[in-house]
Amino acid sequence: MAKHKVTMTINGQSVTAEVDSRLLLVHFIRENLDMTGTHIGCDTSSCGACTILIDGKSVKSCTYLTVRADGANITTIEGIAADGTNHPLQQAFHDQHGLHCGFCTPGMIMRSIDLLNTNPNPTEKEIRWGISGNLCRCTGYNNIVKSVQQAAKEMAKETKETV
Amino acid sequence: MFSCKTSPEVGGMGHSVKRKEDARFLHGKGNYTDDVKLPGMLSMVMVRSPYAYAKIKSINKEKALAIEGVVAVITGEDLAQYNLHWMPTLLSDSQMVLPTDTVMHQSQEVCAVIATDRYIAVDGAEAVEVEYEPMAAIVDPFKALDKDAPLLRPDKEGQKDNHIYHWERGNREKTDAVIANADVVVKERIHLPRIHVASIETCGVVASYDKDTQKMLIYLTSQAPHAIRTILALVAGHVGLSEEKIRIIAPDIGGGFGGKVPVYPGYVVAIAASFLIGKPVKWIEDRSENLVNGFARDYHMDCELAATKDGKIQAFKVSTLADHGYTDSSANPSKYPTGMFSICTGSYDYEHAFAELDAVYTNKAPGGVAYRCSFRVTEAVHAIERMVDKLAAEIGKDPALLRFENFIKKEQFPYASPLGWSYDSGDYKATLEKAMEMIGYDDYKKEQAEKRAQGKLMGIGICTFTEVVGAGPSKDFDILGIAMFDSAEIRVHPTGKALARFGTKSQGQGHETTYAQILAEELGIPYSDIEIDEGDTDTAPYGLGTYASRSTPTAGAAAAIAARKLKDKGKKIAAHLLEVSEEDIEWEVGKYFVKGAPEKSKTIQDVAFAAYTNFPPGMEPGFEATHYYDPPNLTFPNGAYICVVEVDEETGAIDVKRFVAIDDCGNIINPMIVEGQVHGGLTQGIAPAMYEGIEYDDEGNVLNGTLMDYLVPTAVESPHWETGHTITPSPHHPLGAKGVAESPTVGAPPAIANAIIDALYPLGIKHLDIPITPAKVWEAIQAHKK
Repeated sequence: MAKHKVTMTINGQSVTAEVDSRLLLVHFIRENLDMTGTHIGCDTSSCGACTILIDGKSVKSCTYLTVRADGANITTIEGIAADGTNHPLQQAFHDQHGLHCGFCTPGMIMRSIDLLNTNPNPTEKEIRWGISGNLCRCTGYNNIVKSVQQAAKEMAKETKETV
Repeated sequence: MFSCKTSPEVGGMGHSVKRKEDARFLHGKGNYTDDVKLPGMLSMVMVRSPYAYAKIKSINKEKALAIEGVVAVITGEDLAQYNLHWMPTLLSDSQMVLPTDTVMHQSQEVCAVIATDRYIAVDGAEAVEVEYEPMAAIVDPFKALDKDAPLLRPDKEGQKDNHIYHWERGNREKTDAVIANADVVVKERIHLPRIHVASIETCGVVASYDKDTQKMLIYLTSQAPHAIRTILALVAGHVGLSEEKIRIIAPDIGGGFGGKVPVYPGYVVAIAASFLIGKPVKWIEDRSENLVNGFARDYHMDCELAATKDGKIQAFKVSTLADHGYTDSSANPSKYPTGMFSICTGSYDYEHAFAELDAVYTNKAPGGVAYRCSFRVTEAVHAIERMVDKLAAEIGKDPALLRFENFIKKEQFPYASPLGWSYDSGDYKATLEKAMEMIGYDDYKKEQAEKRAQGKLMGIGICTFTEVVGAGPSKDFDILGIAMFDSAEIRVHPTGKALARFGTKSQGQGHETTYAQILAEELGIPYSDIEIDEGDTDTAPYGLGTYASRSTPTAGAAAAIAARKLKDKGKKIAAHLLEVSEEDIEWEVGKYFVKGAPEKSKTIQDVAFAAYTNFPPGMEPGFEATHYYDPPNLTFPNGAYICVVEVDEETGAIDVKRFVAIDDCGNIINPMIVEGQVHGGLTQGIAPAMYEGIEYDDEGNVLNGTLMDYLVPTAVESPHWETGHTITPSPHHPLGAKGVAESPTVGAPPAIANAIIDALYPLGIKHLDIPITPAKVWEAIQAHKK
């Protein structure tokens, strides 16, 4: 199996590794880097449990080759807030009871970050379509929608304060 | 309504406190089975059958073993040397761990490849050469009973055909007689197809055998780790795996819904592999392996409902054919092969009923798990609730009015049902009234009349269900002989903080919060000061696990009673500290005080400290209690759901406009969590009603074995759920609670089906089986236009 040298930034840290050409990015993150917050639910890009950010865009890492991520800037659930703090979406999922078993939650949050970056003030319908690539089997989505709504408000406030 | 006894800081029952377990999940620090990584761990991948029914002529391992990194290929013949190639099912049937000569369904495990990593194991699985001799599969369960049908299980002594068992309840003759003489009889064959729980985390195991200590450590996606440990000891005791040497840890679980109750062959093979190789072995299903193996439902129910001409129900009869696949591996209590199906008489008061069921073998995967409902309750509720609506339509009566006129009345509880249950409590009338008021039923009836006049298809569907959960009393309920009690063990530390352990296992239900709230309610120790621990068979007290909405009815009750034991001990300690007699001590939440002198008091924390430092002479030190709770009865949560839909006649598209769910689950521990459970159950109700069903072709090939074609609802398909409650406490549960998480999965499908069929009724369409897809609606519309 051919080995390839890849270098990428993951959660602000530069990582260099020799990987097989067939190694999927989700396995690289979970197995090689021991960051297990990114989950695997389907292998077919259907469930979104493996969603991460690559150069700021949400991507399903179960169907993305590690070699393709050479040079990329990657963010996973472990990297969205400093230790002991919450990203507004993490806080909102807690406040609104937007998670039950927690398995879809990292992917759902990573997708929602991208959604709110591109549409900071989405309607309920836009949120539902926006997260429709991510499956949740526990919550019935009502409270996930409310979580994204709460985070949208919080993040809008933060943006205002920054401006 | 329920009023809180404790302050929000203490956080007892009725407070919507935020969940204690959230932080690790939100930060990506959950610990699911696939996250477990042990030194030297190997990866296992299954070779699976492409055929539904075939002889295995040969398995050639050589090319696989030649791949660098492949450690072993394990076949049924290998396991047969240890007599581990078959295992018993919970209902005393037998299931192959790995086959020695025949495969019985598509995707059945054929052999296992163990390698240094998953990629190499997959290479190995590709390289294994299996020679099959395909045979004609039996896919249709009705054809399985044909006289000339091939015998699928010749391995079973005395098995002469593909019939597994016959079960019945009630009085056939009397029920038939009432039906024969009734003014009105409505009939329907209702099929609830195979579906899969499809939890987002699939099933998996990490088995790690230590040859020196002879201990087998198993991380397992299990809803019932204690029972599974006992079963493993019974199955593998003869090779040296006795129960004290097996430690099962069910870590965080990414959704269960019944799918993580059974023992799957992959678990056993991984455990055997670790035992033989002496290294940790991980096996995690991929999604297709998950979807194609195991199932829920698959009941074909012939229903007859008899009534007077003005709609008083007189008798219900249901004859069912159950397709179990090649073995009966249903996850049911041992004395209840059809689970609680006899709850099928529903929420209505009538005298005569008869239910029977015949189970058959086919060339399909075994399963028979619940899909987020108490044992076979969804099937039962669907049958009666569809038939009640059919009766209403037949006699031209409003389905709400028909229900009101037939409901079991509040004062009739405890109610002896015709098929032998004792319903504990309910106020069905109030619950339906609340649902009708919340949705604006009368206004929708008017709107429907107007829309129908314009030729538009609008439907209103009701379901008023009664569930039966919380198995169960030991005189009736056991799994392989083990009574279905559950347990709680509380340790209050000297500083007044506590650790409590349970025999159940949360899979998202929020036990770390709700159990702490129960103890806060009983002891007055703040919920935030109480750690909850479950799922480790070496540390937790024995219990039967979490499924069938049994955690609150059984382990929740155990927690309350164990806490009351502590409170009694604390009273003696308080009397000692306050230098009065025990009779002079009174309790209010969190505090003992002297009768008539409330300023003389000791907190529960004071008392806990004294239990280790200054206890009365002769008293056993410490502040700990354990209780194993054997419930006196089951609990009977109920609800009234109303759904409004519009159907597009041109395309068959179905638009769910509103859905209101009023649940009565007795007293509520955490309203936020209950509401969340109801939302989730409702989406798992619309799923089989409109989207999900495992489809087979005539050769037994599964046609939708991935999430690209097995349609789990997304946020777009899932409506904005509206929920509410009535509260009728369970009279026999220590907290008056009943359990809730499965009610919506039970109640939603008939409400949705009834609404869609109500919309289509003007076209002459009187029944459709779920899932009611746009294509099915469109075809029915075309057929009725002709």
